[in-house]
Amino acid sequence: MAAKITVRDLTMAYGELVIMHDLSFEVADEDIFVIIGSSGCGKSTLLRHLIGLQEPAKGSILYGEDNFTASAPDERLAFIRRFGVMYQSGALWSSLTLGENISMLLEEAGHLKASTVRDLVAYKLALVGLSGFEDFYPAQISGGMKKRAAIARALALDPDILFLDEPGSGLDPLSSRRLDDLILGLRDSQKSTIIIVTHELASIFSIATKALFLDTATKTQGALGPPCELRDHSKNPAVRLFLNRGNSSKATST
Amino acid sequence: MTPFTHSPPTAVWQQDGEEVTLELAGDWRLEGPAVTVSGEKLDKNPTGYGLCSLGVYDSTLPAFLLAHFRRVSTSAKDRYEEPSLNGLPDKLRGLLELALALPEENAMTVQPDVGSVCEKLGRMTMSFFSKVQAFLKFTGLTVLSLVRLGTGRARFRSSDFWMVLQQCGADALPIVALISFLIGIILAFVGNVQLTHFGANLYVADLVGIAMVREMGVVMTAIIMSGRTGAAFAAHIGSMSANEEIDALRTFGFNPFDFLVLPRLIALVLMMPVLTIYANVIGIIGGMVVGSFVGIPPELYWQETLASLDLTNSSLGVIKSVFFGATIAINGCMMGMQSGKSSAAVGEATTQAVVASITAIVVLDSAFAAIFTVLEI
Repeated sequence: MAAKITVRDLTMAYGELVIMHDLSFEVADEDIFVIIGSSGCGKSTLLRHLIGLQEPAKGSILYGEDNFTASAPDERLAFIRRFGVMYQSGALWSSLTLGENISMLLEEAGHLKASTVRDLVAYKLALVGLSGFEDFYPAQISGGMKKRAAIARALALDPDILFLDEPGSGLDPLSSRRLDDLILGLRDSQKSTIIIVTHELASIFSIATKALFLDTATKTQGALGPPCELRDHSKNPAVRLFLNRGNSSKATST
Repeated sequence: MTPFTHSPPTAVWQQDGEEVTLELAGDWRLEGPAVTVSGEKLDKNPTGYGLCSLGVYDSTLPAFLLAHFRRVSTSAKDRYEEPSLNGLPDKLRGLLELALALPEENAMTVQPDVGSVCEKLGRMTMSFFSKVQAFLKFTGLTVLSLVRLGTGRARFRSSDFWMVLQQCGADALPIVALISFLIGIILAFVGNVQLTHFGANLYVADLVGIAMVREMGVVMTAIIMSGRTGAAFAAHIGSMSANEEIDALRTFGFNPFDFLVLPRLIALVLMMPVLTIYANVIGIIGGMVVGSFVGIPPELYWQETLASLDLTNSSLGVIKSVFFGATIAINGCMMGMQSGKSSAAVGEATTQAVVASITAIVVLDSAFAAIFTVLEI
């Protein structure tokens, strides 16, 4: 079961330094929602707010009808258990093997038989093209493989909402394409809602249903809508320029 | 091959009415001599460039030009006009256009730490109290975590616990043995020199025995464990924090406190008394070795040691070791959890963990000494 996400007047700040203010948007069930914007504009910070690692300076975040921002720690745990999160750096637990990174979540979640856990771990790793890497430690594999392993871990508990922070960066074109297929497959088969922070334009246009552009100049949301529409018809020139990869001739021909 | 000769770089400003020409000449190289500037117009950008005598150049030339443009933009502020790059070689112009494409970011400039001595002293005092407060808060959280464990609501991986137990138990035996043995020897030598004056060198056994079991055994073990295990806790947890692994634990519904702090705390609190008893015994053996060299037979030494020690004396060090173990584990884990997200920050966290643990051990030990004196034990 996926969930609608509503963000209302969200202001993010580190102390007095406001990163973004008054963000308001909705993510519908089964959306593939991308957050875009120039480097350092606060995309990952927004993601950290959505998963509860940082508290908003103002505003609220709702999952379905439930207020996530105002929830008590015990209630929040119930929300968090529906999330799957992939961090920008991978953030795999370095003292555990790839297999253990995934099986720890499965063991924690319920009383599964050891053989079931083993099969699930093998399946999740196969989904990201890492079959047979169960016994490798994160330090023994490449950067791109770590990213994929982190995605496998994010998928461990069949999350309702999947958060991916730059999943495509550092992947070769084939792996990147495979990742897009995987994201579409998950949305279609598990009815997950997927939120992605990314810069990969090809991937944005092929899979995203909606995009949120964070504008560094105004420190608020620059545009919201389907990416192709934003690229060709957004009223904000910065958005058109961004989605046309800085090609101003295309960006101005609206 | 003939050696390549370079001429020194020069920049000459020439003004003709409104026109300001910058004559650039010579070879601009990183390894060459410094540029000679004459007639610099501090508030104007050149309108044209004279490049007839310009030789080879590397980054020094665009860096020189950019620095001038920035100076002019700072002094001119509102009246500032974009610098003209016409007349510069294409490649150089391309690089400067890139460098000038985005304005200089002023918002992120870090304010230097200025202030009077009093202000600095005040800040240091505040920071000391906030550290003490953080330690107390962390200790409180640890107690809550222990309560959760007692009621079956806290969980950690048992394999983690056994691993830490081995690291702070069995793996520490050789170093603890070496240090305690040497401390026993030192105490015996010093004691022997003094006591021989009174013909009472048999009492070396009493001195070594009491000093080891009451103070030296436990304090030396605690200091070794601070440097060895406390530092390892801080470094491990700190690098997990830098690598977002702790955030990952949190977002997968694990309590990082239960998961990381509890197994380390429990393992160290369990192992410290064992290591202390071990250190006491090895220290006494060290004293016995010295005794046998200065004419005290081992049997006699052993009897004298047993006569001087009672259960109260022997248990004091062991009781203290539990508190020292908890202090080391809490300091190590706390510094790790509060570490910044860079490799330098992890190093700093490790240093702080060791310094804070050793300081806390000495302070606690003084408190214990005062309490035992009042209680007359």
